[in-house]
Amino acid sequence: MTQLQNFTKGFFKENPILVLVLGTCPTLATSTSVLNGMGMGIATTFVLIGSNVAISLLSGVIPDKVRIPAFVVIIASFVTIVDLLMQAFTPSLYETLGIFIPLIVVNCIILGRAEAYASKNSVLSSFIDGVGMGLGFTMALGILGAFREIVGSGAIFGHKFMQGDGVLVFILAPGAFWALGYLIALINRMKKT
Amino acid sequence: MEYILIIISAVLINNVVLAQTIGICPFLGVSNKIDTALGMSGAVVFVIVLATLVTYLIQVYVLNPLGLAFMQTITFILVIAALVQIVEIILKKVSQPLYQALGIFLPLITTNCAVLGVAILVIKKDYNLIEGVVYGASIAVGFGLALIILAGIREQLEMVNIPKGMKGVPSSLVIAGILALAFMGFTGIVK
Repeated sequence: MTQLQNFTKGFFKENPILVLVLGTCPTLATSTSVLNGMGMGIATTFVLIGSNVAISLLSGVIPDKVRIPAFVVIIASFVTIVDLLMQAFTPSLYETLGIFIPLIVVNCIILGRAEAYASKNSVLSSFIDGVGMGLGFTMALGILGAFREIVGSGAIFGHKFMQGDGVLVFILAPGAFWALGYLIALINRMKKT
Repeated sequence: MEYILIIISAVLINNVVLAQTIGICPFLGVSNKIDTALGMSGAVVFVIVLATLVTYLIQVYVLNPLGLAFMQTITFILVIAALVQIVEIILKKVSQPLYQALGIFLPLITTNCAVLGVAILVIKKDYNLIEGVVYGASIAVGFGLALIILAGIREQLEMVNIPKGMKGVPSSLVIAGILALAFMGFTGIVK
């Protein structure tokens, strides 16, 4: 696999949300608007790149038996860094995302990449894998966020273009489930033909 | 009375899965049979109550006095992972039938974001110890309720001929959406 394929696989072929269906909790909760969704995506991308590089560097040092706890500690450290940085520099986004920032720790994508990819590959490959997967995640969150923001509040990037309120249910939990469900169904349909 | 309010609000109104969308992975993953859904719910109730108790005590008696509140995420996830391991070992020694019923679900629970989520929420909401444990238990019951309802519906869907692309995860998500809509009807029961 060339590095280019390694980079692009996260966007479509192995998209974490739309194809692998990992990390659905932050996806559903934070994709109420494009900016929220992409903010979450970028925070996750940062953690993913950091943990992939660190784990790839340390893969020779960590004993096999305690690798999962060790990975979790590394991931939790990067999450704490992101948490403190967002609290300092993007306070309003920090308020909106709330509990979902510490919950990046238990996002299956990150531990999944650590276990399946970073612990077995070189630092450069792991870095590229992290960037690709992270941006694929951000892209899926952005698409979902755009759909929900347009339908749910008649706005895009916070600019209203419709009179009155949108279909409010799409901002709330039920709309999140439906939007993701039909998006995955669409991808499944496109894959088969 | 306030405990009843916490219970109703956590189980029905702010249901952890259907209103707050926390804990979706096991919700989609183990909801194809009612039996496994029951086992998973039991294990989650058990672990969440224990984890809430332990993380609360650590936050109040270790992290706060030492000024280490920023280490919350790292500490809690380690405590939860260790706790799940300990519970698994103890169950195996003490009660074989219970281990048979819950054992295979325990390793999965570490990555259930509901456990870490509840531990952090209890601290954020400034509950005291009893309120925190009651809140944790009701969140877990709410999770179990949603899981078992979805499992019941999915068992029926086995026989139905649904479009190819909608099979599996997409249809579960659409059903979950309809359930979430139904649960929105509880809004306003508790002021």
